[in-house]
Amino acid sequence: MSYIKPKFQHPNMPKNALGYTVGDYNGAISTLCAGCGHDSISAAIRNACFLSSIPPHRIAKLSGIGCSSKMPTYFLGRSHGFNSVHGRMPSVATGASLANRELTYIGISGDGDTASIGMGQFIHLIRRNVNMTYIVANNGCYGLTKGQDSATADLGAVSKAGNVNPFDGIDLASLAILQGASFVGRSFSGDKEQLEPLIRAAMAHKGFAFIDVVSPCVTFNNHSGSGKSYAETRKALDAMPLDFVPMREEIRTQYEPGTTQGVTLHDGSVIHLHKASNGYKTDDRNAALLSVQEARDEGRLLTGLLYLDPNTQNLAQNLKLASKPLNSLSKDELCPGSRMLDSINQGLR
Amino acid sequence: MKQIKGVNDFVVKFANVNGSGSASANHLFAKAIFRMGIPVSPRNIFPSNIQGLPTWYEVRVSAKGYLGRRGGVDIMCCVNPQSMEADVASVEPGGYFLYDSTKPLAPHLQRDDISYFGVPLTEMCMREYPNPRLQQLLKNVVYVGAMAALLDIKFSILKDLLGDQFKGKEKLISSNVHALEMGYHYAMDHFKCPLPIHLKAGGNAAPHIQESEHILMNGNTAAALGAIYGGATVAAWYPITPSTSVVDAFAQYAERMRIDPGSGKKNFAIVQAEDELAAIGMVVGASWNGARAFTATSGPGLSLMSEFLGLAYFAEVPVVLIDVQRSGPSTGMPTRSQQSDILAAAYASHGDTKQVLLFPATPRECFDMTVQAFDLAEQLQTPVILMSDLDLGMNDWMSPPLEWDDSYQMDRGKVLDAEGLDKAARWGRYLDVDGDGICYRTLPGAHPDKGAYFTRGSSKNEMAVYSESGEDYVQNMDRLLRKFETAKSYVPAPKTHDPIPVSKPKTKLKLGALFFGTSASPAYEAVEMMAEDGYPIDTMRIRAFPFHESLDAFIHAHDLVFVIEQNRDGQMRRLIINECEIPPGKLRPILNYSGTPITARSIADEIRNALGAKSAEVVALHSEPV
Ligand SMILES: Cc1ncc(C[n+]2csc(CCOP(=O)(O)OP(=O)(O)O)c2C)c(N)n1
Ligand code: SF4
Ligand SMILES: [Mg+2]
Repeated sequence: MSYIKPKFQHPNMPKNALGYTVGDYNGAISTLCAGCGHDSISAAIRNACFLSSIPPHRIAKLSGIGCSSKMPTYFLGRSHGFNSVHGRMPSVATGASLANRELTYIGISGDGDTASIGMGQFIHLIRRNVNMTYIVANNGCYGLTKGQDSATADLGAVSKAGNVNPFDGIDLASLAILQGASFVGRSFSGDKEQLEPLIRAAMAHKGFAFIDVVSPCVTFNNHSGSGKSYAETRKALDAMPLDFVPMREEIRTQYEPGTTQGVTLHDGSVIHLHKASNGYKTDDRNAALLSVQEARDEGRLLTGLLYLDPNTQNLAQNLKLASKPLNSLSKDELCPGSRMLDSINQGLR
Repeated sequence: MKQIKGVNDFVVKFANVNGSGSASANHLFAKAIFRMGIPVSPRNIFPSNIQGLPTWYEVRVSAKGYLGRRGGVDIMCCVNPQSMEADVASVEPGGYFLYDSTKPLAPHLQRDDISYFGVPLTEMCMREYPNPRLQQLLKNVVYVGAMAALLDIKFSILKDLLGDQFKGKEKLISSNVHALEMGYHYAMDHFKCPLPIHLKAGGNAAPHIQESEHILMNGNTAAALGAIYGGATVAAWYPITPSTSVVDAFAQYAERMRIDPGSGKKNFAIVQAEDELAAIGMVVGASWNGARAFTATSGPGLSLMSEFLGLAYFAEVPVVLIDVQRSGPSTGMPTRSQQSDILAAAYASHGDTKQVLLFPATPRECFDMTVQAFDLAEQLQTPVILMSDLDLGMNDWMSPPLEWDDSYQMDRGKVLDAEGLDKAARWGRYLDVDGDGICYRTLPGAHPDKGAYFTRGSSKNEMAVYSESGEDYVQNMDRLLRKFETAKSYVPAPKTHDPIPVSKPKTKLKLGALFFGTSASPAYEAVEMMAEDGYPIDTMRIRAFPFHESLDAFIHAHDLVFVIEQNRDGQMRRLIINECEIPPGKLRPILNYSGTPITARSIADEIRNALGAKSAEVVALHSEPV
C-alpha cells in the first residue's frame, strides 16, 4: 500500500520559476525494496521536472508493468499517470500524445517490459518519433517476477540462483541509435549529476528521447556475478559529465574550449557535454554507434548523451496535425453537419 | 419445359474469375436495378486471393424489399469455365443460364430443365478490340448488356451510370457504351427478350421503398462516416479483411472534411500500427487523454486486442472498436462472412469482464450506431464493440438515407474539468456518487492541483490509491456490474414486429424468433414464408448487449423461440442462456456457418424441420445445438 507524503513543506524551501517547491513534484512513498535503483531514478525525474519548471499537471506519466513501471506512483503526484499493460506502454503513449500534443510525456519502462515483451512496440515508437521521454530502468532482470534473466542481461552474467546467462544481451541504446532515435542517452541510477541534466534535456527535446538507465536490483541482481550490480556498473562506467541549461537561464559561463560541446535544443535550451579526451560528437550516428560498441567490447559502459538530432520531425509534425489539441476540438470543428450528409447521400443514389 | 416466371423477384448470380475486372461491371448491373427503384442487394462472394480463383456476385431482387439472401439461383451468368459445372448444377429447375459460347458447351453441362443463352463474348471482343486488356475488361460489360436485354433493364440508366462513373473521360464512356450495346443487341437479335422473369420500373416494388430516397452503400463506409460525425479524431488500426475499408473510408472523408481551414493542417490522426495490440493501445491512450478514438478489426485482431480490452474495462477507459466479423483464423475463410465473434467479444479478456456490444443490421445502423458508440463509450467509460460482419461491411445494401440532426451534441459522459473539480465537494476517481456505477473521470492537464490520479487495473480503492484489499476489489467489481446494469437503459432497445396475420394457424404453440445483424433480413423473409405455411412467428431483433429486459419477457411469452445466427455454436443463444433466467430448451438454434450469408429458404427449412419433428410437444428440446 502506498500512501501520500505529508503535504507540509518548510516555508524556506527553494522555489522554481513557477513558484513550485521540489515537494510539489513528490509522489507517494515508494514501496520498492530499500536501495532499489529505481527510486534514485524517480528522485532524478522529480528534480529534473522541478529544475526545468514544468507545471506538474502538464506532465503525463505512462508505464508498462514491472517494479520499474510502478515508479510513476512515486514521483509527480499532481500528474496523471497510467500503469498500462506489460510491454505496451509505447502504444498508449502514442495515442495519448496524439490526443494532446501540449503535454510533456514521460514513459517509464523496465528491461523486461521494453527488451522482451515490448520490443516490437519500442522499435515502432522510435520509428514514429513520438515526442516523449522514454526511460528504461535497466536492471538486467525481471524484478517483479522475482529475478529471472532479462534480455539485457550480459553474456556470462550469473543470476542469483547461480545460472550463467548463455545469451548476448540486447543493448537498448545501440538499438535506439540504429533505429534512428533522435535523442539517445545512457546513465546510471546512482549518478545524479549526469542523470538529472540528461532527463531535463530529454524533456526539452521535441522528439523521441530515449534514456537507458542502469538501475541495479538490490534484491535479485546486486552481486558480483551480475553485470548490472552497483559495483560492476561503477567499475565499468565511462561517464561524460553533463549539464543542462534551460532557455530561461542566461548562459553565463562558457566552458574551456576543447573540453565542452554545447548542443542547442529546439526550445533554445542547451546541453553541455564535458568530455576532453576524444571530442565526442553527439551529431554523428555512426560514430556514436562505434563508440558505444568499442566501449562495450572493452567491458566499459559509455554513458552520457550518446546521440542527438535536435532538428528532428516528430509524429505530430509528420502527421501534419493542426496545432489545437485533438482532444479539445468542439463539435462544430469535428462534425460536418446535415448538409454535407445530404450531399453524401446524393452521391450514393 | 416450365420456366420460372415473375417480375422484380429473383436471384441472379455472376460467376467470374478473381482479378478479371468483373466487379465494376457487376456493380453497374446492380446499380441500374437500384436506379429503376427496385429493391436490390448485391453480394460479392470472393476468395482470399488477388487473382485467378473463382468469385461470384449474387444479386437479389425483391419487390417486397427483402435484402438478405433468399437461396437458390434463377439466372446464372457464367464466364468462368473453372466453376461452370457447379454453376450449371446450382440453377433452379426452370431457370436460365447465360454463358460464353465462343466454345460450344460440353455435353455434360447440358441440363434439359433450364434454358441456355450462349453469347460468344470472347469472340465478339477479340474481333472488336485490339488489345488483350480491353478484350478482357469489356467482355464483362458485354455480358451486362446482354443481361440488360434479357431482364429489361432500361438502357438509358446504364448509360447514365457509365457517365457518372467515368465523368470527364469521354473515350472510356464511349468504349463502355459500345460494349454494352454489343451485348444488348446480340441478345435482342438472338433471344426472346425479355425473359419470363424480368424487371419493371414502378412495377410491384414495395411502395415504402419507392417513395423514399434510398441509397446504396456498404456498412464499412457508413461506419466510417459515423466515426467522422461522431467526432473521432484518432484512428489506429492494422490491415485485415474485411475491416480495412472502414479506415480507408474514414481517411478519405477526413481528408475532405477535417482539414483545419486556417492552417490547412489536420484535425485527425490516423496511425497504421505495427499490430492490433498497438492499434488498440493507441486508442486506449488517446481516449484516456480525452480524444474520441477508434480501431477497426476482424476476428484474429480481436483476439490480439483482448488484453487491452480487459485493461480498458477495469481501468474504465472508453474504447470504440469496430469488429467486421469473418470466418475463423487467418487461414480460416478470411473473405467469408460470419457472426462468430459474439462470445469472444462479449466476454473479451481476463478476469470477470463483460463488454458492451452493438449489432447493426443495415448501413444506416452502422452509421447511427457508430456515432452512438462514441457517446456510449464515454458515458459508460468502457469499450463499446460494433459487431458488423463482412456481408454488411463490404457489400452494398439498399438503405434509407443517412440522417443527421444538427442539434446533436457529443455526450462526453462524466468528465470533471477544472471548474467542475473546484466545485466538487469530494472527488475520487472511482467514487460512485450517483449510484449508477459510473464515476467522474478527469483528463490529464486539466487542473493545477486537483484531479490527478494513477490509472491502473483493479488493485485500487475508490480514491484510485493502490490497494490489494479484498474488500476494495469486491466493491469495485460490484460497482462495475452495477454500471453494466445501467448500460441496459443506454444501449439501443431491440426491435419487435407484429406477426404476419395467419387465418388458420397450424399450431397452438406460441412461436418466436430472435436474430441480429445480417441474419435479420433473411429471417424476416423466412418468417413470411412460415406465415404462408400457416405458422405465425413473432420476431425480436436484438440490437445490443447487455440485453434489454424485454428480451427476457419475449422469451417467457413464447413456447418455442428460434435463435437465428451465423456461427456453429449458437453463440448468441449461449449468451442469452448465460445472461437470462430462462430454460435453455426453449431456445432452438437455427444456424448457418458455411461462410456464405444465411438464406431465407434455409431458415424456413430448418424451422419446418424443427416443427415437423416434434409438433406439439416440441418444447422439450435439446439444450445443445444439434
Ligand atoms: C502479459 C503479461 N505477462 C507477464 C506478466 C508478468 N510480469 C510482470 S512484471 C514482469 C517483468 C518485469 O520486468 P522488467 O520490465 O524488467 O521490470 P523490473 O521489475 O525488473 O523493474 C513480468 C514478466 C504480466 N504482467 N503480463
Ligand atoms: S525486486 Fe529489484 S527491481 Fe524490484 S523493487 Fe526490489 S530491488 Fe527494485
Ligand atoms: Mg528489469
